[in-house]
Amino acid sequence: MVEDVEFTSYYGRPIVKAPPWGHEIALYLFLGGLAGGSTLLGLGAQFTDRPGLRIASRMTAITATGVGGAALVADLGRPERFINMMRVVKVSSPMSLGTWILSGFGVGSGVTFAVELDRVTGQKLLPLGPLRKVLHAMETPAALESAFFATPLAAYTAVLLGATAVPTWNAAGRNGLPYVFVSSASLAAGGAAMALAPVRETGPARLLALTGAAGDAYAMSAMKKRMHPAEVDPMEDGEPGHKLHRAEKLLIAGAIGAAAIEVGARVFAKKLGGRGAGGSGAGGSAAGGKRSWKTRAALRALSVVSGTALAAASAYTRFGMLEAGIESTKDPRHVVEPQRARLEERRARGITDDSITTGR
Amino acid sequence: MSASTLDSGTVADGHWHDSTQNRKGFFTDTSICIGCKACEVACKEWNRNPQDGTFELLGSSYDNTGSLGANTWRHVAFIEQDSERIEKARESGRKLVNLGMPTIRPRTDESAAVQPLGGALGAADEGRTSDGLPTTPQLDVDLLAPGAMEPADLSGVDTTPPDTADFRWLMSSDVCKHCTHAGCLDVCPTGALFRTEFDTVVVQNDVCNGCGTCVAGCPFGVIERRDDGTINTPTDRDDRKAADMDVPDAGTANKCTLCYDRLVEGQEPACAQTCPTQSIKFGDRSDMVDKAHERVAELHAKGLTEARLYGANPNDGVGGTGSVFLLLDEPEVYGLPPDPRVATKDLPGMFASAGVAALGMVAAAGLAFLGSRR
Repeated sequence: MVEDVEFTSYYGRPIVKAPPWGHEIALYLFLGGLAGGSTLLGLGAQFTDRPGLRIASRMTAITATGVGGAALVADLGRPERFINMMRVVKVSSPMSLGTWILSGFGVGSGVTFAVELDRVTGQKLLPLGPLRKVLHAMETPAALESAFFATPLAAYTAVLLGATAVPTWNAAGRNGLPYVFVSSASLAAGGAAMALAPVRETGPARLLALTGAAGDAYAMSAMKKRMHPAEVDPMEDGEPGHKLHRAEKLLIAGAIGAAAIEVGARVFAKKLGGRGAGGSGAGGSAAGGKRSWKTRAALRALSVVSGTALAAASAYTRFGMLEAGIESTKDPRHVVEPQRARLEERRARGITDDSITTGR
Repeated sequence: MSASTLDSGTVADGHWHDSTQNRKGFFTDTSICIGCKACEVACKEWNRNPQDGTFELLGSSYDNTGSLGANTWRHVAFIEQDSERIEKARESGRKLVNLGMPTIRPRTDESAAVQPLGGALGAADEGRTSDGLPTTPQLDVDLLAPGAMEPADLSGVDTTPPDTADFRWLMSSDVCKHCTHAGCLDVCPTGALFRTEFDTVVVQNDVCNGCGTCVAGCPFGVIERRDDGTINTPTDRDDRKAADMDVPDAGTANKCTLCYDRLVEGQEPACAQTCPTQSIKFGDRSDMVDKAHERVAELHAKGLTEARLYGANPNDGVGGTGSVFLLLDEPEVYGLPPDPRVATKDLPGMFASAGVAALGMVAAAGLAFLGSRR
C-alpha cells in the first residue's frame, strides 16, 4: 500500500536548518573521545605501573580537554556567555548534560595533570609547600573521578547529534551512533598512546585500539544498514563521504599496524627490554642491551605511524559525521523521503491517527 | 490550558498547568490567503527584525523572502500549480479524508459495495443526492460534510470547485509552530528558551549564548541563530546591506514569539491584526482548532477535497502545534515536513544505547589491561 512517495518540495529549499556548527564542533567530537579514552588508559597505567603510558595518556587527556573546551566556547554565538550553560541541569538537553560531564571530567583530569607536572618537574616548579602532599594524595581519587566521567564524555556526543531534527544525525543516533563514537574514542586514545608512549608499555593501548577498530567498523556498517537510504546518502557522497571513506582506510591500515606491533612486541619481548617486558625483569633487558636497538626503533616507528593513523581515522569519522549531517539538511529529499516512508509504513500497519496532516 | 495539550509525557516541556491563561495559537487558513505579505511586514516592523538578504529576486513566484529564519518570523510561500498538480492534491486529500475513518453510513453490504468513497463526501463527489444519506447521529459531528448533519440541504450544494481547473496559485503564511512538544525548548542547554503562560515558546535573548542546538532541534527549520555565519542566508553578495544595519541580539537564537510582548498587554500578534482577509486568525488554541475543523469540513462539502489540516492532531510527532494550518496540498509542497517528530522523543532509547556503549568501553579498557598482563 506504499504509494505516492514521489518527491515534491518547495523550490528545493531546505526544510530543516543545519545548526551553525563548524569545524570547532567536529574537532570537539574527536577531542572529547580522545580525552575520555586516554583517561581510562591513564588510570589503568597507574594501577599496572606503566609510567610512560600513564604520563602520555594524562597529558593527552588534559590537552584534548583544554583545546576541546576552547573550541566549544569559540563556536558559540556569544562566547562571553558560555557560563550560562551552568544555569540549569536539563536531562532533555544532551548539550546541558554534556557540559556537566565535561566539567566533572575536567576537574579530575586537571588534578592528575597537576600531579604529573609536579613529578616531571622534580617537585620544584609548582610552589605548593605543604599542599604538595595533599595534591599527591588526591591522585587516585582524581583519576577515578575523571574515569567515571570518561565514557559518558565519549558517548554523549552521539546523543547530542542524535537528538536533533537533522535527518542523518537523528537516524544515526537511533541506530547505534553511540557505539560508533565510543569505538572511535577507543581507537583515538589507543592510537595517541601508541604514538606517544614506549612500545613495551602500550600493550593495553594497542588492544583497546584494536577493539575500537573492530567495534567502529561493525557498528558503522550495522548503523548504515538500518538507516533509510536517503539518510545514508550524505555519508557516502561528496566531501563528508570522502572523509568517512578515508577514515575507513586509515582505520584498516592502523589496525593492521597495531596488530603487527602487538605480535612483534610479544615475539621480541626480551629485546624490547624494560622492567618486566618479558616477565623476567631486569636480566633480560641487560642481555638485550645495545644489540636490539634496531628492533626497538623499528617497532617504535611503526607504532608512531599506526597510532597516528588510528587517531586520524577517528578524527575523520567525527568530521565526516558532522558534515554529513549538515549536508543532509541542504536537500529536502533527505527529510521528506524518510518521513514519507515511515508515514506510509505506519498507515500500511493500520496506524492512521498520528499524522500531522488530517483530513478533517 | 486547553484539554487537547494535556496528554502524558509533557513534563519535560515545562508546562504551566496552573496557568491562568488559555493556550494561545494561530489558525492560518491558506485557502483565503491573498499573498499580500502584510503579515511579513507587520512582523518585521513590530519586532524590529533586521533585513534578510539583499532584496534580490529569488525566482520563486512572488516569494523573494525565501524561508523562515532568525530575521524572518512570517514567511509567505507562493506555489504555482497546473491542472495535473491540482488533481493530485485533490486525490491525496481525498485519500486522507477516507484514511482509517469509519464511514458515517451504518454499513450494509449493499451500501459498502456501491460506495467506494463512503460517507457524505462520497455522496458529494459522485453528485448523488441526499436520498442515500442516513439520519446521522450527532456523534459524528464534523464528518467532512456539513451535509451529513443537514441531509436535506445537500441536494442544493454545488460541488463544482470554484477555482479554475487548469491553474492555481497557492499562498501560505508560515510561522513558528509553537509545538506542544517543542524540540528547540527541550534541547536548549541554558534555559534561554522557555514556555510562557500562553503555552507559547519564547527565547530570552539576554540569556541565550548562541550554542545553536535549538536550530538543529526544530523539525520545521524555524529557529535560527542571528549572524552572518548561518547556512541559509539568501545571498552572499559583498554589498550585503544587512551587515551595515544595527543588528539587535546578534549571535543569539531568534524566532517568532507569538508577539509575547503584545499578548501580555492583551493585544493580538501583529501579523494576525494586520491580515486583511483573516487568513491568519489568533485566539485560544482550542477555539482555533475548532474553527479549523469547521473550515475544512466546509471546503470538503464544496468538493475541495484537497483541503486538509496541519498540526491539529494531538497524536502527531510534536503533540500538535500551537499554529494550526489549513493547507490545499501535501505539506512538503509548502516546505513543511510530512511527518515531523520531536527528536527528544528518541532520547530514552539513545541514552540507553549510550549507556551500554559506555559500559562496553569500560569493559574494553579493562580487558585491554588484563590481556597485556606482564
